[in-house]
This record gives sequence, C-alpha cells and structure tokens, in this order.
Amino acid sequence: MTIDLTAPVPWLILVPLAWATLSFLLGPRRGAVIAIGGLSVQGVFALVLAARVLEYGPQHHAVGGWGAPLGIDLVADGLAVTMLLMTVAVALPVAVYARGWFAARPEGAAWFWPLTGFLVAGLNGLFLSADLFNIYVTLEILGLAAVGLTAATGERRAVTAAMRYLLATLLGSGAYLMGVALVYGTYGTVSLEPLAGLVGPLPITLLAAGLMVTGMLLKTALFPLHFWLPPAHGGAATPVSALLSALVIKASFYLVLRLWFGIFEPLVTIPFAQLLGALGAAAVIWGSVQALLQTRLKMLVAYSTVAQIGYLFLVFPLATGTGTEAASDAWQAGVLQAVAHALAKAAMFAAAGAMILAAAGDRIDRLGGIGAQVPVTLFSFGLAGVVIMGLPPSAGFAAKWLFLTAALDSGQWWWAIVLVIGGLLAAAYVFRVMLAAFAPVAEGASAMERPRLAGSLEWTALALALGGVMLGLFADPLLELLGHGGVV
Amino acid sequence: MIGDSLLPLLVVLSSFLVGVVIFFLQESRVVLRSALNLAGAGAKLGLVGYMLWGVLNRNDYTFRHTVLPGFDLVLNADALAMLFVTLSAVLWFFTTLYAIGYLEGAPHRSRFFGFFSFCVTATAGVAMAGNLFTFFIFYELLTLATYPLVVHRGTPEALRAGQRYLAYTLGGGALLLLGMVWLQTFTGSVEFVHGGSLAALGTTHAAELRWIFLLLIAGLGVKAALIPLHGWLPQAMVAPAPVSALLHAVAVVKAGAFGIVRVVYEVYGITFAQALGVLTPLSWVAAATILWGSLRALTQDDLKRRLAYSTVSQVSYIVLGVTLFGPVGTVGGVVHLVHQGIMKITLFFCAGNYAETLGIHRVSQMDGVGRRMPWTTAAFTLAAFGMIGVPPLAGFVSKWYLGIGALQAGMDWVIGVLVLSSLLNAAYFLPILYRAWFRLQTQPWPEEHIPVRGRRETAWLLLLPPLFTGGMALFIGLFAAMPFSPLDWAQLIAAREYAP
Repeated sequence: MTIDLTAPVPWLILVPLAWATLSFLLGPRRGAVIAIGGLSVQGVFALVLAARVLEYGPQHHAVGGWGAPLGIDLVADGLAVTMLLMTVAVALPVAVYARGWFAARPEGAAWFWPLTGFLVAGLNGLFLSADLFNIYVTLEILGLAAVGLTAATGERRAVTAAMRYLLATLLGSGAYLMGVALVYGTYGTVSLEPLAGLVGPLPITLLAAGLMVTGMLLKTALFPLHFWLPPAHGGAATPVSALLSALVIKASFYLVLRLWFGIFEPLVTIPFAQLLGALGAAAVIWGSVQALLQTRLKMLVAYSTVAQIGYLFLVFPLATGTGTEAASDAWQAGVLQAVAHALAKAAMFAAAGAMILAAAGDRIDRLGGIGAQVPVTLFSFGLAGVVIMGLPPSAGFAAKWLFLTAALDSGQWWWAIVLVIGGLLAAAYVFRVMLAAFAPVAEGASAMERPRLAGSLEWTALALALGGVMLGLFADPLLELLGHGGVV
Repeated sequence: MIGDSLLPLLVVLSSFLVGVVIFFLQESRVVLRSALNLAGAGAKLGLVGYMLWGVLNRNDYTFRHTVLPGFDLVLNADALAMLFVTLSAVLWFFTTLYAIGYLEGAPHRSRFFGFFSFCVTATAGVAMAGNLFTFFIFYELLTLATYPLVVHRGTPEALRAGQRYLAYTLGGGALLLLGMVWLQTFTGSVEFVHGGSLAALGTTHAAELRWIFLLLIAGLGVKAALIPLHGWLPQAMVAPAPVSALLHAVAVVKAGAFGIVRVVYEVYGITFAQALGVLTPLSWVAAATILWGSLRALTQDDLKRRLAYSTVSQVSYIVLGVTLFGPVGTVGGVVHLVHQGIMKITLFFCAGNYAETLGIHRVSQMDGVGRRMPWTTAAFTLAAFGMIGVPPLAGFVSKWYLGIGALQAGMDWVIGVLVLSSLLNAAYFLPILYRAWFRLQTQPWPEEHIPVRGRRETAWLLLLPPLFTGGMALFIGLFAAMPFSPLDWAQLIAAREYAP
C-alpha cells in the first residue's frame, strides 16, 4: 500500500489548514501574505485535479491508505471539482481584497485569516467527502468558521447577527446529524457509494431524508428559512460577506443536490420537487422585492443573495421526473448558476464595500458622484449586476438560458415566467444603485472629504466580475467537466 | 482561410478594444483619445470595405465559437449583415468626428467614448449575428452600452429618461428571450438562413408559431419603436446629440428594425410568414405607427422631440416594407434601413449644431437661422426633403419601391398610407424650413456659444459630418442605380431571399 504524495486531493484540505494555523501564529500582516500564497498553491492543485478528472474520470483517494468502512474516503468527481474550482476562484481574489480592506479597517483582521483558512478547508473537505458523517464534520467546521467570521469585527450589529446565524447553522447541522443517525441505524453504513444501492422508500428513511434536506435548506437560507441571512451577510466585514454569500451557502446547496439526485433518488417525488421549486420562486420574488426596498447598499446585496438562492432550487422541479435532456439542461443550469452567482456576488460585495469606503457610508441615497470617484468599482458593480440579472454574455445568462430551455422543454412554463420576472426585478435593484451613483454628489457630502482607495480594492472586484461575465462565453469546458460524474 | 473566419470577429473587436483602452485613459488625454477613436473607426471601415468585396463574390466569412452545448456564437457576414454593418461603420465614423467636436471640454469624456465604442461593437454584432442566440447576446449588450450614454448628463431629466429606456428595453429583451427559447424547443438553435427555416415544421405548430412571432416582434418592436412600445424614444432625446444620432440612426432603433427583418426573412421565411397570416397584422401596426408618429411630430415645438417622433414614423417604413410580400417591397423596406439612417443622422447633427452654436432647442426659435448658419441649414433641408420623399433624394427611392411593392402584394391601401404620411412629413418639416430660410431673425439667439469667424458658422468638426451625410442623402438617391449603392445592395439581398 503506497501513498501518492502527488495526488492533489488531500492537499486541497491540508494546504488551507496549514495556512490557517500559520496565519494565526504569525499575525494578520504576514498572515495575509501566507494566505494569498496558500490559496495560489491550492488553485494549482485544483486545476491539476480538474485536468485529471477530465482525463481519467472521478478520482478516489483513501486517506492514509485506509479505505471505507474504517478509513476516510475522498472522491473528486466533476461536480466536486467544479465546486473546488469555484471556491478558489472566489477565495483568492477575496483574500487580495481583504488585505486591502483590513489595511483601511483593521477591526477583526486578526481573526479573519485563520478563520478563513478553516472555512476554505471545511468547504474543500465537504466537496470531497464521500460519507455522510464526514460531511457532518466538515459542515460544523464550516458553520463555526462562518459564524466566527461574521462576529469578528466585534460590532454590536455583527455580533447579534452572528448569534442568530449560529442558531440557524447549529439547528441545520443538528437536523442533518439526526438524519445521518437514522440512516446509519437502518442501513449500517454512512458511506455514500454503498448507500446508493440500499436506500428504499421506508418511512424511517423518508424521515431521515426530510431532516437532512430541511437542515440544509435552513443553512442555504431558502425562503422562508432565510431570516438569518440578510443581517449576517449585510453586517459582517465586507470580505466576509463576500465569502459567505458566494461560497458558504453553496456548500449546503451542493449537499442537497448530491443527496437528492444521489442516495435519496428512490425517495423523491414530483410534488416534493415542485414544492422546492415553489419555495425557490418565492425566494426570487421576495428577495428581489426586499432588495428593492433596502436603504443600505450591503443589505440590498444581501437580499439579492436571498433571491439568487431561489434560482438554484429550480433544478429540482426541472430535473425530477422530466426527460433526460431537460434534466441535464436543468442540472447544468443549476451548477452554472451557483458558480456564476459565486463570482458575481463576491464581486458585488467587494465593489459595494469599496463604494462604502469611498462614500464613507452605506446609504444608497448618499452614493451620488461615486461614479466619478471610483469609476472602476462602479463599473465592476455594473458588470456583476449583468451576471445577477442574467443578461448576456454573462454566465448568469448561460444559466438562465439552460433553465428556460429546460422549463419550456418539460412543459413547465411557470418556471420560465419566474425566471423572466426575477431577471427584471434584479435589473430594477441593480439599476437603483447605478442611478444613485450617476446622480450628482449629494448635498452636505463634499467629495473632498472622501478617502482614496487602495488599488487592490478596486481591481479584485473587477477581476471577479469579469470572471462572471467571461464564464458565460466559455461555459462549455466547465459543462464538460460536469459530464465527468456528478449526479445526472 | 483562417483569416477569413476571423474577419467578422475583428470587425466587432475593432471598436471593443478601443472602448476598453479609452475607459482607462485620463480625462485630459484628448489627442490620444481622439486618435484612438478615429483609428478604431477607420480600421473598421477598412475591414468592412474588404469584406463587402468578398461578400459580393460570395466569399463566406463565418466565425463560430461554442458557448453552450448546441449553441454557438456565430458571426456571419452575409449580404444583409453587410448592409447594416456598412451603414453603422460609415455613420459611426462621422458620429465619432462629430462627438469629438460636440463634447469638447465636457466632463466624463473617457466614460462617454468608452461606452460609445461598446455601442457600435454591439451594433456590429447584431448585424452579423448568424443565429438568434448570437443576435440576442448583442441585442442586450446594446441596451446596456447605451444606458450610460442616455444618462450621460446626470440631470434628473436624463436619469428619468434612462430609467424609462431601461424599463422598455429590458422588458422587450425578456419577451424576445421567451420567444426565442420557446421557438428553440421545437427546432434547436435557430440559424439565420436565406428563405427561413421554419417552413420545415409545417402547419402542425401553427398556433404556437404565431404566438412566438408575437413575442419576438414585441421584443424587437420596443427598440424599433412600434406603437404602443415607442414611449421611450421621444424621452431619450435629452441625451447629447451624438447619442441621439446613435439611438435614431446607427444603432438602437435600427437593431430593432433589423431584427424584424431577420425574423421575417431568415427565421420564418417570407413565404411561410405569409402562409401563417402574421404579416398583415404587422403591416397594420407599421402603418398605424407611421401615421401616429407623424401626427405627434406635428405638434412638437422642441426640435429634437419633433425629430424623435419623426423617427418613430420613419422606422416603421422598414417594417412596412418587410410585410409587403414580394421582392420589390423587400427592396423598399431594406433600402430604407440605410436611407432613414443617413437622413436622420443628418437631421440630428444639424439639431445639435443649432443647440451647440446658438442655443436653439425649439422650432419657434429658428426664425432666420438659415442666414446665420447657411451650411447647416442646407444639410438640414436636404435631409428633410429626403424624409418627405422629394425626388431625387434617398427617401423618394424608398417610397417609390414601397409603393410598387404594395401594389404587387395587392395591398393597395398602403399607397394611401404613404401619401398621407408624406403630406404629414411635409407638414412638420416645411414650417421649420420656412422659418429658417424665409423669416427674419426677430429675437437674439438664446445662447451664442460659438461666434462666427469669417465664413465658418460653427466648429469644423460639427459642420463637416452633417454636410457629408446630407450630401450622401442626395447622392445615393441620385445615383441609386449605380453598383454598390444601397439600392443595388438591397436588390441583391431581395434576390437571395426569394431565390428558391
């Protein structure tokens, strides 16, 4: 039994753990550099892994050479690798951004780097894990790191939001753990591969599935379980908001996707799928309308996340019990939407944060004249908005296109209407910000008092937004990767 | 040849790259920015000229890139595409010159010229799109690129106009998207081919195909300003004059009208569209728009607003021509795409000159302006006569073909519409000309920004573009029968569309 040291899979978990620890020991200034270096290395590993999956199909790795049922099994298939790539593609620019951000606002910097390392390790671990209990462990690491990050600034508003978030995340993973226990009690294993052949529509399994999925919906903040999200995402330090909105909620969504189309496939029914879709549709409408009503920029962006989560859940009605073609379109659309939103929302938070620094406040009606002051940032916000609205040529458009095709192909035209209305509502709230920014400088807010911004704050947002747009023109390779194992 | 397949992409990128560079230029780099702008415009003209020659010899210029499985981004320079690309490339060149003069000393010029270039990029993409998917990508890009130009001045009025513009165009885009995706559930990716591709579906889906036609035309009709979807256009005239030129002549309304041409001829196919019975209702809408636009133009005192309503009316000539079944009607509609662009851009250039030079915004302030600005007013007069349809100007050629086309299609009532609208055109243009040439100046000019110097009535960069385009409106009418004239090219297109 040999251990392959060049296999990228374990490194994807070890590298972030290593820099998390180092940055804790060395303090925030050097920690930032180490984190950026560590994330770059992680990016290389993720790309190597993607290349291997493209060439040889899904990669299995038994940690320490011990396979299931005793050891820990890690599996990287097309879906997992896509998520790994998404994680690093967001986390690396956000880290560069965070370095600039904490130079301007040092509160919470000491906690940011180690906790972000654990967060990234938790995400990567979750995407790679192949058994239910391991997934639980990574979920807890992820959840606690996220809560810690939310509270890190120590501001009253952030701490209150973090407490609510803690409650939600613990409830969610608690429900999940109960489900896992029921599954273990019934089938005697928690490993995904053998379970896939075992699970049948027993009442106890239904209960387990219900608990696990509901727990994850709470963590994903699907309407009406979104109550904790806007204050947490809107109140945290901006780099944290970007990580939470772009990545953390995607982890639990990923899990629902895996379970629904994986081991729980024999249990799912069309009414359940329609219910998830309906909640998603409600989230799209509710989140967008709330975003329109916000007076603070970051809260607007946070409610936009509530809305965008809704689109992800259209996968379930569109890929459950529909034809192969529609199902495959819907499934690709869902994953593409998750990635598109990750890039665009990170860009949007980053740009919003830079505008808030530049305007010395986060009220939307005080943004006047910001366009002339930080043009690159406003442009990035607009570009990210294009992705969020689902306009071409962005990745958001590619996802919407596939969703629409799946909806009309499977005769479920009502989801098409949701998609179109959601896009228009998104345009309304994005252009609300643009309109405020194009307006002249508000009275009483002299442009002279406004501070200059570090370049890293402006350019990282642009890079993320451009990523979200360009992915729309080059979505084909990503979809090819998804073809290498995943769900459908 | 690989180079050939890249040519259409280069035409699109030539202005895109210029736009990107300009964004990052310091506000004060006037010379560099102007040089870049003109280099981009010149490069595009050169590429387009080269491709024109190739297309005439049936060279195939197609660029293809897979975006999603089964959906490619296709840029294809066919005869119809070249008509629109050439129009936009030529007019962009003049508009760039004009804009450089017009915005001299104005703030935010880098932003302006950046989006200005994106706008033309999107127009080139709309023109050369080889399938509906690609068309939609550039059509929406055009909306986004134009918005910052409409709100450029940042005044409350401009911001309101921008909001209205977005509400209309994004709404239209959504309808178009729905129609497209619905259509593609029957056919897969819809490529633009001569004679259309839907006839193959037969009559089994007739009802759905009619609904889809309605969605597509409604989506495109917003930009083409068909009533009742035209509300944004008169409001958007608050934008600076070069932007009005873009909106009315080069890019936006043209993209809508051009899209309708594509959908009727190269998606449905004119014969199949006739068989479905969707052309007649569309011709009613077009006729109603022609008359309504002219009627509204009559009562406008604001010069640019009067011109805007005139656009509403004139663009529908294109749509009307499309609905006339038969090659002559097609020629009339397609050729008006070019003619209207050249004439309307001249009118907006002149309106901009009056405003920039003398501060004249209203028709009632124009008494005696012909003496003060004879060259500008001469260009205005040429374009206005063209719009009315006085021979031998460009507008006459369009109306002549539309009339004959209507008789061939057995839609005699269209003649009545043409006559009535020509009378209305005369009724709202002639009073302007009368005031300008024959009345004496009764009050001082509202705000004289640019004083007379010798024989120069205004800045050169403002004067030359309308003189060129006004001269062109005369020239292409007078020499309509020459090879490479718009009419000649439109006949080539019609021949290819109706070829079995």
